[in-house]
Amino acid sequence: MLEIKNLHATVDGREILNGLDLTIGAGQVHAVMGPNGSGKSTLSYVLAGREGYQVTEGSVTFEGRDLLALKPEERARAGIFLAFQYPVEVPGVASATFLKTAVNAVRKARGEKEYDAFEFLKLAKAKREALGISEEMMKRALNVGFSGGEKKRNEVMQMMLLEPKFMVLDETDSGLDVDALRVVAAGVNAMRRADRSMLVITHYQRLLDYITPDVVHILSRGRIVRSGGPDLARELEAKGYAGVMPVAAA
Amino acid sequence: MAATTKKHARRIAFPYGETAAHAPVLANWLVGLRTEARALIADGLPSPRVEAWKYTNLQPLAERRFAVVGDVSPDHVRHAMAKAELGRSAHRLVFVNGRLEAAFSDLAALPKGATVRGLGDVLTADPAALAGLIGRSEAVRGHALAAYNTAFFSDGVLITLDAGIALDRPVHLVFIGAAGASPVAFHPRLIVDAGAGSQLALIESHIGEAGAYWANPVTEIAVGHDAMVRHAKLQDETMDAHHLALVDVSVGRGGRYESTVLTLGAALSRHEIVVRLEGEHAEARLDGGYLIGGKQHCDNTTRIEHLMPHGSCREVYKGVLDNESRGTFQGTIIVHKGAVKTDAHQLCRALMLSKGAEADAKPELEIYADDVKCSHGASAGALDPLQMFYLRARGLDEAAARALLVEGFIGETIEGIADEAVRGYFAARIAAWLALHAAGPA
Repeated sequence: MLEIKNLHATVDGREILNGLDLTIGAGQVHAVMGPNGSGKSTLSYVLAGREGYQVTEGSVTFEGRDLLALKPEERARAGIFLAFQYPVEVPGVASATFLKTAVNAVRKARGEKEYDAFEFLKLAKAKREALGISEEMMKRALNVGFSGGEKKRNEVMQMMLLEPKFMVLDETDSGLDVDALRVVAAGVNAMRRADRSMLVITHYQRLLDYITPDVVHILSRGRIVRSGGPDLARELEAKGYAGVMPVAAA
Repeated sequence: MAATTKKHARRIAFPYGETAAHAPVLANWLVGLRTEARALIADGLPSPRVEAWKYTNLQPLAERRFAVVGDVSPDHVRHAMAKAELGRSAHRLVFVNGRLEAAFSDLAALPKGATVRGLGDVLTADPAALAGLIGRSEAVRGHALAAYNTAFFSDGVLITLDAGIALDRPVHLVFIGAAGASPVAFHPRLIVDAGAGSQLALIESHIGEAGAYWANPVTEIAVGHDAMVRHAKLQDETMDAHHLALVDVSVGRGGRYESTVLTLGAALSRHEIVVRLEGEHAEARLDGGYLIGGKQHCDNTTRIEHLMPHGSCREVYKGVLDNESRGTFQGTIIVHKGAVKTDAHQLCRALMLSKGAEADAKPELEIYADDVKCSHGASAGALDPLQMFYLRARGLDEAAARALLVEGFIGETIEGIADEAVRGYFAARIAAWLALHAAGPA
């Protein structure tokens, strides 16, 4: 579904990704783990198309298309979804207004019928209740004054409503207590399907207790240095990053 | 006249006063006011050398030569009226090039103790009813632009509410500007006398239908003690129009004046508000939003005077500037000696959609009393690239993301409109502007 080949990317002229290779098949959940500064967030932003994240070499192919040639909104419409590590506060724009606009933009691009206000409210109600998001929160300005947990639950709700094919979860566990983590993870797990893939980016193994990956990769200095099954995450938890790195990369 | 040709002159020559048709003088009290005003305009318009006009250069107005207002076809009026559809019932007066058009107006039965009358009729039939209500304050009498109104007004409205009267419907004043080949000028005078404990919602729609014209309205509002006047104004003049308005408000003990001004139109516009909080616990809320492009110039100038203890005011002015437009905000808050426990807050922000646009802010707090809370803030900036990316990463294209952010930015300025239908009327005008402008360059 997604194939990353020899990806090099710079931010402010500094090379952050340094020949990254990663192939994720349909229905698979891959985890990328790495210490601070290893390039985890850069990878997620490059996939979503953020300005200032310059790809200097390599390719990213999504369902046979050149992902890097697409604008951020075209990627979203094609089915890429990035759950932000730090969801952006947007004053003055009500969550509900934003969500309806986004869902209809994506549906329109996919040739599906746009929802009217009534249909959308009904649909959103089911999703938000599953995540414990109040109706009041939907009326508030997007992410403004939301707690860390509320922001992350809001990201997952957006994901559920937009029904992407490929989800990138960037440090979705950061800032969450155990209860919130369970709710968020349950929401993510409910989305697992044979035709939907996920890239779970995390510093800690904790999230992977709740979202079980098929493959775990260790990212260091902008490239994948080791890959393995779910056991690799537990090994990492026990030994630390230094303990699991191949000698050459450490 | 010699002074006007000097470099750095404080006046710009403007022969309008010599050529304009003489306005009727129908009462003795008006003779003095008209004479005083004519003396004030004899030297012309204030130049940017005058501090109050530092950011707004009236030279383009001075270069205009105005013809006598002629008749406008009813088709033009009907076409313009589509933009004045409030979506709720209202007492409506329609003015075309400053003249009341009874055929388009709709004054349903008013409760006893309330009057809403065309000023032209009052001037002819009952001028005594206006004595003491026109030119009450020095802020109006000494104002360089209001003087043109005082010298030449011939129509407008008189609204009076006796003590305790609350109108359940708003009064909607529609001003249609429709000039032919030559520019025209009009000077509507709006007088509101809201008695103790009365309540009024006043809505103005200034709709540009055609051509170049100068709209120069002056509004004088007396808010009695414990009375409430909610005032909302849409300025959507033609792009060739000049719109220069002065609103002078006095608020009595426990009274409240609320103002929302949305500016979209006119080549050059100024909306100036002077509020005197004359009684204890008097309150004012002034909100202003403007969305401009091209080479439009929009000036919001406010002056709030706290004269008694326990007064409060809130001001939020926000502008969205595209292309080479220019926005300016001058906000003066004066807390006079003795006006203790005053609570005053002012905020002005500008959102720049283009590198060629310019915003100026001049907040001024003058505080002569102890134990007061006053604050002000001003900022100007472009759209936040991270917010743009976030919205686009959810599937919104650039134009839609920009429109949503701009709407979110400016929306706050109309939130204070209490009536939902009226708020919707203003929101629809904002949405229409965005549909035209948000798709612009990145």
